[in-house]
Amino acid sequence: MNLLDLILLLPAAGFLAVLLLPRRNPGAARGVALAVSLAVFVLSLALAAPVWKDGSTMQFVTDADWIESPAIRYHVGVDGLGIWLVLLATLLTPVCVLVSWRHIDRRVKEFYAFLLLLEVGLIGVFVALDLFLFYVFWEVSLVPMYFLIGIWGHERRIYAAVKFFLYTMAGSVLMLACIIYLYNRTGTFDYTSLLAMINAGDLILSRPEQLLLFLGFFIAFAIKVPLFPLHTWLPDAHVEAPTAGSIMLASVMLKMGTYGLVRFALPMFPTAAREFAWWIVILAIIGIIYGALVAMVQPNMKKLVAYSSVSHLGFVVLGIFTFTQAGLDGAVYQMLNHGISTGALFLLVGYLYERRHSLEIADFGGVATAAPNLSTVFMITMLASIGLPMLNNFVGEFLVLVGSAQVDFRWTVFAAIGVILSACYMLWLYQRVFFGETPEKVREKVYDLRPREWAAAIPLVALMVWMGTVTKTFLPPVSARNAEILRQTTVNAEFLVEAPPGARGAAAEAVEVADAR
Amino acid sequence: MPADFIPSTQDLLRLLPEAVLVAAGTIGLVLEPLLRDSRKRVTGVFSLAGLIVALWAVVVSRAYPGTAFRNMIVVDGFATFFRTLVIAVGILTVILSLHYIQRERPESGEFYPLLVFSVAGQCLMAVGNELIVIFIGLEISSIASYILAGYLRDDPRSNESGLKYFLLGSFATAFFLYGVAWIYGATGTTNLREIGDIIAKPEIRPPLVIVGTSAALMLVGLAFKVAAAPFQIWAADVYQGAPAPVTAFLAAGPKAAAFAVMVRILMVAFDPIGAAWEPLLWIVALATMTIGNFAALVQDNIKRLLAYSSIAHAGYVLVAVTAHSDAGSAAVMFYLAAYAFMNVGAFAVVTHVARAGERRLSLSDFAGLARREPAVAGLFTIFLLSLIGIPLTGGFFGKFYIFKAALESRLYLLTILGLLNSAVAAYYYLRVLVAMYFHEPAAGTVEAMPVTPGVSFVLWFSAGATLLLGIFPTLVLQFADQGASLALVR
Repeated sequence: MNLLDLILLLPAAGFLAVLLLPRRNPGAARGVALAVSLAVFVLSLALAAPVWKDGSTMQFVTDADWIESPAIRYHVGVDGLGIWLVLLATLLTPVCVLVSWRHIDRRVKEFYAFLLLLEVGLIGVFVALDLFLFYVFWEVSLVPMYFLIGIWGHERRIYAAVKFFLYTMAGSVLMLACIIYLYNRTGTFDYTSLLAMINAGDLILSRPEQLLLFLGFFIAFAIKVPLFPLHTWLPDAHVEAPTAGSIMLASVMLKMGTYGLVRFALPMFPTAAREFAWWIVILAIIGIIYGALVAMVQPNMKKLVAYSSVSHLGFVVLGIFTFTQAGLDGAVYQMLNHGISTGALFLLVGYLYERRHSLEIADFGGVATAAPNLSTVFMITMLASIGLPMLNNFVGEFLVLVGSAQVDFRWTVFAAIGVILSACYMLWLYQRVFFGETPEKVREKVYDLRPREWAAAIPLVALMVWMGTVTKTFLPPVSARNAEILRQTTVNAEFLVEAPPGARGAAAEAVEVADAR
Repeated sequence: MPADFIPSTQDLLRLLPEAVLVAAGTIGLVLEPLLRDSRKRVTGVFSLAGLIVALWAVVVSRAYPGTAFRNMIVVDGFATFFRTLVIAVGILTVILSLHYIQRERPESGEFYPLLVFSVAGQCLMAVGNELIVIFIGLEISSIASYILAGYLRDDPRSNESGLKYFLLGSFATAFFLYGVAWIYGATGTTNLREIGDIIAKPEIRPPLVIVGTSAALMLVGLAFKVAAAPFQIWAADVYQGAPAPVTAFLAAGPKAAAFAVMVRILMVAFDPIGAAWEPLLWIVALATMTIGNFAALVQDNIKRLLAYSSIAHAGYVLVAVTAHSDAGSAAVMFYLAAYAFMNVGAFAVVTHVARAGERRLSLSDFAGLARREPAVAGLFTIFLLSLIGIPLTGGFFGKFYIFKAALESRLYLLTILGLLNSAVAAYYYLRVLVAMYFHEPAAGTVEAMPVTPGVSFVLWFSAGATLLLGIFPTLVLQFADQGASLALVR
């Protein structure tokens, strides 16, 4: 058993431990959850150094039999693509424990148990190298989130929880069908073996096969991302979830979809991915602009942040389907950025909700005078989210725009509109909430950050600055892995010449660009 | 040939489990009138012992594979698997009923011997290698089940259930028997293997119309028994009205035995004309899943909800039958085993929550169960997640295995539709979870009642089995794989 197994095992053990604690002692549940999640975070930091040195190979690999026939293996490992997402999950879990410390006051024990189970599922998704195992973690992460939204959420929580569950389930069953199909073709669920077969020419999927398999995986991932027009579950789930649920959902869970695209959909079905790229990019750009426009008119803070997520995730998808090094790097970087900055936004909105017991923008105003520190932290986060240089989102958005410009400059233009719009809705939000007259209720109820709240917010703010200035810390292992994946997407790409002339668009050009590199 | 009429020891050993069960049932019936009213429970304990001995007898007879009584029965991996399964279901049902029967106070203690007879019939169905033996097994199993369904004499719901089950059930067995008569007329034999051999040879094969009609008639009878569309109508009413432990039994035991018969008949006797029945089953499987799931969406009574869910699950199993392969048969076996445990577990929860007289059966009665009885709610969650098909439960692995077999047999469209069906199904199971976890207990809710030891045992055992089948399925899988390939040996 290596470090990675321990990191998976520890929260699972924590889940059981918290579950067995006596109901009468909520403090113990909080304490155990915090201790376990912090321990997991500290341990996971030790993963970073080896992966940083060599991001393109899998490290901390465990490959053991789970079920002999059909051959299902417990095969996990971490590389430059997964490492930061794992760290994101392990960082945000203790943050969520802290955030929920006071906020969650009923059924405390179950809450922290589910939070730890969620952590297992999320880490598992980012390290699983067996398709079956990946699916198991994918589905397992669904259940605790369902309960987190449904039990501790706001008024329409049940509707939101059920919608969330059904949307994801509907997508993932199609993915399951594709996974089984691949197994029947090859006799293995193992991701690395499958890639090796594709590279060696032992597994040649015909064009229709690729297109259908890609679609199966893609729909599952696109629902999770969520890509326009499959995004409608997201605002509901975000608004109704408790703060910790929103943070985990936005910061980590949505990345399951984009991670899946990069890890599985692209390298395994390169032909199909390139053929569909043009359409997917159109959806992504619609998502960027639509999400931003809808965010602008939201009267509810959480809903605003939720729609801004749709917009930001559009950037990620755009970056992925440029098939350029810059675009992919930017996409992965943007996944992390969105995790940090949107997580922080939900956290701060959660703080405001705890004070004022409202999420309506109209109920606030002049918070800057009542809570100056909170306002400052919010401002940094907001600026990061807009994409101000020196803060994290700028780097990711810039790389994505560079990548898209290499393929089709029109994409860049439209995506840039999204950046401008994000400044509009964020600044306007900030103005309405933090400036202006301070209503009576705000003055009475809104107090400044408490030490526990600082503790949860500081790491996120520090990361925003760090990731915005010292990209060298984070980018090299990601780039190393992405280069591999990009190379992988040129395998089988000769199918493209069969495409009719009319369909010859960005996708074909993408190949040329990739080849030129 | 007079000497042939004296069965050999091996022949007797091959029939040992059925013999044990029939003996236990008979002695139980004789014992019952001798007991004072307060001690009727002894028949329960006695029947439990009988079932456990029968389980041992299954292991014994497993050591003597082969046919017995001039090819009338066959002991193979397939038969052993289903014998074990139906006896295990019987054991769990008896344990579940021990307190229930006392609580509902019927007038007599025949409940348990009847249950044992029903199990005996199902065992006979599992080993039957010949249509008449199968028919006898079907009748033994069914007649005992009819009485069990209507066992609560003073409860009109139970009366309705028993009567409906009896009328429609005997109608169905008549269809089956009619099919047997046709095939006997056409081929001159009722032995499955001989029928298969005759059908396989084009020069001596009777016209396809006759063979096909007889197969269709038998399928109609079996479709009734497994509650497959379009013969599923009875299931909801019967399952709702029958005493909760009996419903658990009906949805697991007789259904599994009927599927065993269906697989054996189709794979052995009608294997050569697969092209004729596969399209038919394709439609039946899809209709069964879809009707079951969509009808379940709107149910408010937990027993009806689980009844429709049971129809839907029969549909999934039919997908595996449609695959018409070893892998498909193995998937049928694994799925029925997984389903038996999650289903019995779910009905154990219903038995507990419904209370005396089974008055508390609507979804609103489950509101806030997680607050009142967290352990029961937690276990129910495991069963529901398994019914949905969430990984790490037996239900998921079973579904995975079914659809894997279906894809191997190139049933692409059916697989997609089946999987989407299971996504639809998630909704109504979630409704139960919503009631238990997301709703507060209704005002004036009765206090939590301690879980009786019997119910508690069934709950924990079923939950353990469900998780075990989901996390370490290999043991049962190997069993199923071996059994499935034996069924095809010609």
